[in-house]
Amino acid sequence: MHPAYSIIFFTTASGLGYGLAAVLGLGFLDPSSMWVRFAHIVALGLISAGLLSSTLHLGNPQRAWRALTQWRSSWLSREGVLSLATFVPLCISAWFALFEGRHLPLVGLLGAIGCVVTVYCTSMIYASLRAVQAWNTQLTPACYLLYAGASGSLLGAFFAAGAGQSAVVLTGLSLVLFTAAWATKLVWRLRLREKQISTPESATGLGAIGTVRLFERPHTNENYLTREMGYRVARKHADKLFAIALIAGGLVPLALLFLSPVLGHTQAAIALGLAVVLHTFGMLVERWLFFAEARHAVMNYYGR
Amino acid sequence: MTCLPSQPTPKKLGLVIDLDVCVGCHACVVSCKEWNTGGYGAALSDQEPYGAEVSGTFLNRIHSFEVIPDGGEVAAEKGHARLVHFPKSCLHCENAPCVTVCPTGASYKRADDGIVLVDEDMCIGCGLCAWACPYGAREMDVSAGVMKKCTLCVDRIYNETLEEEDRVPSCVRTCPTNARHFGDLADPTSAVSIMVAERGGYDLMPEQQTLPVNKYLPPRPKTRLEDVAPLAAADTAGAKGFFAWVDAVLERF
Repeated sequence: MHPAYSIIFFTTASGLGYGLAAVLGLGFLDPSSMWVRFAHIVALGLISAGLLSSTLHLGNPQRAWRALTQWRSSWLSREGVLSLATFVPLCISAWFALFEGRHLPLVGLLGAIGCVVTVYCTSMIYASLRAVQAWNTQLTPACYLLYAGASGSLLGAFFAAGAGQSAVVLTGLSLVLFTAAWATKLVWRLRLREKQISTPESATGLGAIGTVRLFERPHTNENYLTREMGYRVARKHADKLFAIALIAGGLVPLALLFLSPVLGHTQAAIALGLAVVLHTFGMLVERWLFFAEARHAVMNYYGR
Repeated sequence: MTCLPSQPTPKKLGLVIDLDVCVGCHACVVSCKEWNTGGYGAALSDQEPYGAEVSGTFLNRIHSFEVIPDGGEVAAEKGHARLVHFPKSCLHCENAPCVTVCPTGASYKRADDGIVLVDEDMCIGCGLCAWACPYGAREMDVSAGVMKKCTLCVDRIYNETLEEEDRVPSCVRTCPTNARHFGDLADPTSAVSIMVAERGGYDLMPEQQTLPVNKYLPPRPKTRLEDVAPLAAADTAGAKGFFAWVDAVLERF
């Protein structure tokens, strides 16, 4: 699948934003500090930037409001509805944190639930597509949710360190989520080696005669289908990129998280800030691979 | 509404494509583009039509596949590989994944005849339906920013201003070898249903659980070259009557 930058940025930014918003909503941080107030703005900013970027690839963005109507059948529509609905508790929480320095437990909990459900809807857009076998598994939402949790708790630990607050529980939670997210991702990635359920033989129905090979394409140049669905990354590069994503997005942040409780607040904030930057870079690479490594069933008609 | 019809549609209009007959001439591709660029919805645009990177929107495309039997040879006169020309357009699936993923309600399956259509005024051009389709039946028109797909020439098949023989999809009407047939696949007495039953018509990618309406008829078995009797026998011993006389006369020279 073609790795569109707008979608990669959207899923990465919304994962970070919803994760942080959930951590803030659950009251892990004390909003009396300026750092924590700033964290609310960062969370809303990441979510909004992600959602806006997701509209960039639309052919007719002026009609985007129509995407809120088909929540009964479409995961994309559900994501749209829930992302807007979740803004209500998140904005109320942010308002009270910013202007009154208060955390509202019930509104915060509602916001956190909204964050989880929205990320789940995003992941189900991909997981519900049988035509892309790599995505068509419950491990896809598991990865998205665990990554959002890992990102959010890491960002939370960073802001806590900046605010000079103790964040032992949050750091512990983050260590668990980081480990679980990358372990799930490794299992998810093993599925890429699985036999494809659709083959050129099943796609043409000619398997009863023999082995099917594309002889001539319908067109001499690329078309929408080959541009959109025909992207393939070389295995050797994919493996290297995955190693980069794992180290930058997982192992180094994990080590810095582990180290942070023994550091002073300032050093911890610097270490965790570095972890946030590396983790974001790693997540962008991971999301790029999520698309670039996925093979679409239509490519059975194109010999790719 | 992008929920699929709750009941099976009373009619299942669709195509039956005979892979034994198709010669891969692409006439259906041209006639499809010609009819549909001026009919239903936005025109089927081309990008750089006279440039090096020519590309465009089509609702019907012909692939050509080489099929090699087990242990068969590929090359030259002894080869057993056969070439199958393979027309592909929307299969108007009963369980159409392209419809249910649509966030806007632009994609829908008609409850009366089962045709899958896009209401282009509602389409936001997100492209998710094209991702959901395993067959590559949907192509985004880059110029209009909306999704295009085969309409089964809905503006022909019910069009009473056309002659009755023209009230079939453009590809069916134009096919010079009669490789494409149009009809109601829900009616077991229709010509297309009988054809499917007699020739063993099949679904593409049944494992995708889309329940396509369109069916494909398999190529008939082909005689292998080495099994064909030699054309001219050198031995004339069996000749009788006139041929025996010609044989005798020619022998004298």
